[in-house]
Amino acid sequence: MKVLVPVKRVVDYNVKVRVKADGTGVETANVKMSMNPFDEIALEEAIRLREAGVATEVVAVSCGVPACQETLRTALAIGADRAILVASDAELQPLAVAKLLKAVCAKENPQLVILGKQAIDDDANQTGQMLAALLGWAQATFASKVQVAEGRAQVTREVDGGLDTISVKLPAVITTDLRLNEPRYVTLPNIMKAKKKPLETLQPDALGVDVAPRLKTLKVTEPPKRQAGVKVPDARTLVEKLRNEAKVI
Amino acid sequence: MAVLVFAEHDNRSLKKATLSTIAAAQKLGGEIHLLVAGHGCAEAAKAAAQVAGVAKVLHADAPQLDDEIAENVAALIVSIAPGYTHLLAPATSNGKNVMPRAAALLDSQQISEIIAVQAPDTFVRPIYAGNALATVKSADAIKVITVRATGFDAVAATGGAAPVESLAAPADAGLSRFVGREVAKSERPELTSARVVVSGGRGMGSGENFRLLEPLADKLNAAMGASRAAVDAGFVPNDWQVGQTGKIVAPELYVAIGISGAIQHLAGMKDSRVIVAINKDEEAPIFQVADYGIVGDLFKVVPELVEELKK
Repeated sequence: MKVLVPVKRVVDYNVKVRVKADGTGVETANVKMSMNPFDEIALEEAIRLREAGVATEVVAVSCGVPACQETLRTALAIGADRAILVASDAELQPLAVAKLLKAVCAKENPQLVILGKQAIDDDANQTGQMLAALLGWAQATFASKVQVAEGRAQVTREVDGGLDTISVKLPAVITTDLRLNEPRYVTLPNIMKAKKKPLETLQPDALGVDVAPRLKTLKVTEPPKRQAGVKVPDARTLVEKLRNEAKVI
Repeated sequence: MAVLVFAEHDNRSLKKATLSTIAAAQKLGGEIHLLVAGHGCAEAAKAAAQVAGVAKVLHADAPQLDDEIAENVAALIVSIAPGYTHLLAPATSNGKNVMPRAAALLDSQQISEIIAVQAPDTFVRPIYAGNALATVKSADAIKVITVRATGFDAVAATGGAAPVESLAAPADAGLSRFVGREVAKSERPELTSARVVVSGGRGMGSGENFRLLEPLADKLNAAMGASRAAVDAGFVPNDWQVGQTGKIVAPELYVAIGISGAIQHLAGMKDSRVIVAINKDEEAPIFQVADYGIVGDLFKVVPELVEELKK
């Protein structure tokens, strides 16, 4: 069984992002970029499935600018067997990415696509669901446990009130939540080996996908700043302030 | 122009997030229809009919719509979508699961977690864990939107008298079946709608120590929350998590105890009206957003706080 893992290159989660002065977006030049943390979890899960003998091949895919190759090399170093870059300089929104991934699925025929539940830059939380819809496959979102057997995947999902478990027919799309697993670290020998693994580049045009953005970003602004607060010496003063000044208790 | 709101309910009543989503729908103008889908949810449909500002309730009741099975619920939404210019759902785990699927089937680029409506085609939504706000304009014929409940004041749950119309559900897609549910039990107010939230972080040290927060939460009639660090350490269940990847809350009072205040946590609570931080590290970033802070050992300060509240 082949598993496809889409990965996204995003501003590293530790970076405190800055809004550009002209309001067109956030500053991404000279900012550390990394693989979206949820995608690392997706990749880890796919590799564990291969190690368990359930999957035979793990293919990492990324859509975007040429620099996404670095993210794919990281994926290869973590353990993906090969990688595909869908090269595009356009701003790719989730629907366009889902369409590109659908086209890649048509070529690759995976039984399972595992994605992160959301990317930490656009915080959209859409691509996995959209891909499942376009393929007409089952979806299991926000997974915290995955078991694959007999043509189905049993997935425990993190939902608002607790945990739901569903069983989906393969092929299917799974999106990962934080607690699914702990991704492994990349080792130096594996980084060296990853340089020799195959990385194929595809063009959106050749896949027959129109990637023009549907949403136009009019402006990006800083969120309103909170007023600086005060430090109080003890519990008594705090309760007094909450009662009389803030009037919240 | 008509707006369809996908209702979040527990079969008997509507969740508060639905009422906030209706408030967002009202800002669009046009007639508002409420879709109540599920199995055995006639009571919820009745409750929906009473909500102020709702023109019609569509009630779809079928076994295949039970348990939030996305494939079937999305198919239902898509089957009625052509009558609407906007499809809205609260950004709950259910709404996030179903709506993008429906959006893709309608070839519409969803707009996630809006916090403001500027025009019927222009919305504001947070990006980068709430560190920036994007104003986006959609040209799609049917706009599919999820609504961050804390961005809108809930409409009144009563005062309306909308007719209820039964709706046939599309057949079961047969792709997915429900196996079981583990419900986290709590007698406290629901985290996302509580007026007061008391949250603990890694500084609590253990799950046992979270008990220390109970008298405080009792005294304030608060919901209890946690940072990701506390959840990952196994102190408390993951549905307590407040933050970018957990729940977004905006209570009147948020008390952060032993929480350093990583940006991912702040994304989930920085719209609270009053923030209180108790932390022994005076350099902790949480103090940059806290209205009131106490630098001290939480194991000493929290019991003192409970004593003071009793007075």
